[in-house]
Amino acid sequence: MAIIYSIKRNFVRFNTAQFCVLLFILAIFTISFVFPLGTLFSKAFTGENGAFAGFANYKSYFGNPSLSVSVWNTIDISLVTTIFSTAFGFLYAYAITRTKILGKSFFKYVALVPIFIPTVVHALGLVYIFGRQGVITRLGFDIELYGRNGIIISEIIYTFPQAFLLFLVALEYVDGRLYEACEVMGVKPLRQFLHVTLPEMKYTVVNTIFVCFTLAFTDFGAPKVIGGNYNVLATDIYKQIAGQFNMNMGAVVGTLLLIPAIISFITGRFVSNKNTSTLNSKTIPLTISKNPVRDATFFLFCGFIATFFILLIISLFIGAFTTYYPYDLNLTLKHFIFNQSKGGIGCFFNSVLMSVASAVLGSIFVFVYSYMMEKAEGFGILTKYGKLLSLLPLAVPGMVIGVSFIFFFNSESNPLHFIYGTIIILVLSNIIHYFSVPYLTATGALKKLDREFEMVAESMNIPCWQTFFRVSVPLSTHAIAEIAMYFFVNSMVTVSAIVFLYSANFKIAAIAITHMEEAGDISQAAAMSLLILLVNVAVRMLYHIIKEKS
Amino acid sequence: MKVYHCILIMFCAAILFLINCKKDEPVKDLRESGTITVYTALEDELVTEYLKSFYVKYPNIKLKVVRESTGIITARLIAEKENPQADVVWGTAASSMLVLDERDQLEPYTPKGIERILPKFKSDKPTPTWVGITAWETAFIVNTVELAKLGLGPTNIKSFDDLLNPKLKGHIVMSNPNSSGTGFLTVAGVLQLKDKNTNAGWDYLSKLHENVNQYVHSGSKPAKMAAAGECIVGVSFGYAGISQKQKGAPVITVFPTEGSGWDMEANALIKKKNINPAAKTFLDWAISDEAMESYKTMYPIISTGKGGNYEGFNSDPIKQLIDNDFAWTASNREAILNKWMTLFDSKSAKK
Repeated sequence: MAIIYSIKRNFVRFNTAQFCVLLFILAIFTISFVFPLGTLFSKAFTGENGAFAGFANYKSYFGNPSLSVSVWNTIDISLVTTIFSTAFGFLYAYAITRTKILGKSFFKYVALVPIFIPTVVHALGLVYIFGRQGVITRLGFDIELYGRNGIIISEIIYTFPQAFLLFLVALEYVDGRLYEACEVMGVKPLRQFLHVTLPEMKYTVVNTIFVCFTLAFTDFGAPKVIGGNYNVLATDIYKQIAGQFNMNMGAVVGTLLLIPAIISFITGRFVSNKNTSTLNSKTIPLTISKNPVRDATFFLFCGFIATFFILLIISLFIGAFTTYYPYDLNLTLKHFIFNQSKGGIGCFFNSVLMSVASAVLGSIFVFVYSYMMEKAEGFGILTKYGKLLSLLPLAVPGMVIGVSFIFFFNSESNPLHFIYGTIIILVLSNIIHYFSVPYLTATGALKKLDREFEMVAESMNIPCWQTFFRVSVPLSTHAIAEIAMYFFVNSMVTVSAIVFLYSANFKIAAIAITHMEEAGDISQAAAMSLLILLVNVAVRMLYHIIKEKS
Repeated sequence: MKVYHCILIMFCAAILFLINCKKDEPVKDLRESGTITVYTALEDELVTEYLKSFYVKYPNIKLKVVRESTGIITARLIAEKENPQADVVWGTAASSMLVLDERDQLEPYTPKGIERILPKFKSDKPTPTWVGITAWETAFIVNTVELAKLGLGPTNIKSFDDLLNPKLKGHIVMSNPNSSGTGFLTVAGVLQLKDKNTNAGWDYLSKLHENVNQYVHSGSKPAKMAAAGECIVGVSFGYAGISQKQKGAPVITVFPTEGSGWDMEANALIKKKNINPAAKTFLDWAISDEAMESYKTMYPIISTGKGGNYEGFNSDPIKQLIDNDFAWTASNREAILNKWMTLFDSKSAKK
């Protein structure tokens, strides 16, 4: 049987339909990601006059001690963030999927609160809690928010939901037979965890570490607002592009930010090759045993994290409902009257529109993409190229995507020039910017589908697209809904890339919030965030309903 | 198959929708009609307020206004050089104008009424490439409630030298000149005040550095932090402090007795293939008496020199401004920024 199997693998028929689809998606990705980025990064090797400069820019970057110190600072905060987020994300997801704690859906929603509001709002909340006039600081605990501590807390808040979501999907797909066998053989719970659960999670753990590390490595919002004097690469890019207008130096920093993604490409492949677990026709769902001690411990842990997030939100609304925190604590509703000059309520609907488009188009693109990467065989180099590309967007800061889109799409010689200044370019930049995490979700789900499905289909001469729509898509509805939601939620709150691309007649809510924060209208920013939070929670509920029905 | 059809229909609908959202076609060839795109770094509220008189006078010109912070708007303009989207820049830092001018992105144009603009508020070219409208200047935003806790009163903070008071150690926030125009004008101002040909300015900045808690990436942020009690003295600009006070913050705005470094908000025509005549109409309006009147209600210093009366100024606000050597500032910009970065930004991580 094994011999037949291996022979079959070596003689996979060349599939023209698959080849066309593969070429098509890779072409889209190349045009909207590789070309723009290439346009920008070529500037890393030229002088300001456009002449070729070799590595001169890199030399001058590392020659400046204040700049190169950012490299180490960035690695430092990313490592600490990764350790905490991965551990917390795993435990939290474990509590929800493998224990019998109370209030699971409540905890699920609360864990996602940070990605339902723009990052600038997290920082505002942290200032209300830990700043010099913050609630906790006034009780006598000064954690020295501005600087390394602030950035790390903020990055953990920002990356925790991502880690949680990745683990949630992975832990939900499980074969109960493994644990039944353990019970029958009398394997102790700790051994079960170390020898069954963790190996099952290997692929997800590596991905989560990579996602958290890269997000913390490239995030700009938190360091800008509460980073104090702690310089990181992302603030360096900001200084170069928006402070000194030195695009060449900005490109240099941009290329440095790609390093983690390239490293993880090598390690990511290594691990995925060894990944074995599958979901097949014989899988049975897991039954969770009774264990009050375990449940109580996990309940306390989840309660702690949820309380922190709720505190974050409450503190914001204290700010929004008081006349002038902390000097005038009279309650008022006046901050909830929107200021028309910041775009009023219209920008909120623009945001919803853009996010729906990004969610629909994004999930189709991502799912087809990862399907081709996982299931299409015999295209060697093309698949490798696609896999390499799939992880890079995560490593590219929004600001770099924004500026490179301008350089590439705003050139008159570009036939796609017409999309510049329209909603299309906003949607495109969202899909590219947020491509990697959904890709990992989709790949994670697809990896769990047994290859037997394709084998059987092929031997019965069923066209591959039928297998795709009748087997892969229905079995992955959960993951697809997750992806659509991810695109929607992120598009609602994103600022960094869009700020360079939005046009005068299509302003969006997250940008308006940034403007409100800049102008000091923190209360209005909170009100707008509340609207975004509401719509994101609504979408999450919708997703929940879909999932229950399927 | 239902799923498949459903997805297909949604996909087509989305495509159709996006195509219909295409931007407006470029403009007609008339001075008083059509659509122009305006890039500005003025505050949102100010934009709405200022433009009222424009819409009354030119009801047929449609304006598409993109507002962003100075750094972002300038970076966008530079990145869009190949195919500029903006027709005019309005109310954006003169230091940015110098950068754009150097890159040959500005079209020289003499707006109507330019003779009323004081010489130091416009470009020195025969046909000016940019014209200033309002000025903003270094100011200290002081939180009096928190200051009293240190045993100091408002009279203790009047000048740059007062900021060196050891009691203020760790209570001052200033903007970083590498990411903020306000930070840069303050540093450039100090260097000129303390004699730019000697090292006196750098000595002062080193002493100030001992008292500074952090350097932030925005010009108005020190004012907001002072207003929220996150620091006691924010080295920011005048309007930032005055607007915080209007919102109810316990702050006073202090203009240093030695004088203030300053920069101005300026307008310019963007160099592009088809220059829209309506853009010139806009630039004429932007320095007209009506426009100046509305600028004056918000900013103490306007480029015609006839400002109003404002808190914090005892005499003519314009006298607060130091004799700024823009040519020196522009040619030394990179050197100043690099020196500042080496001296203070590299130390800053260790705190």
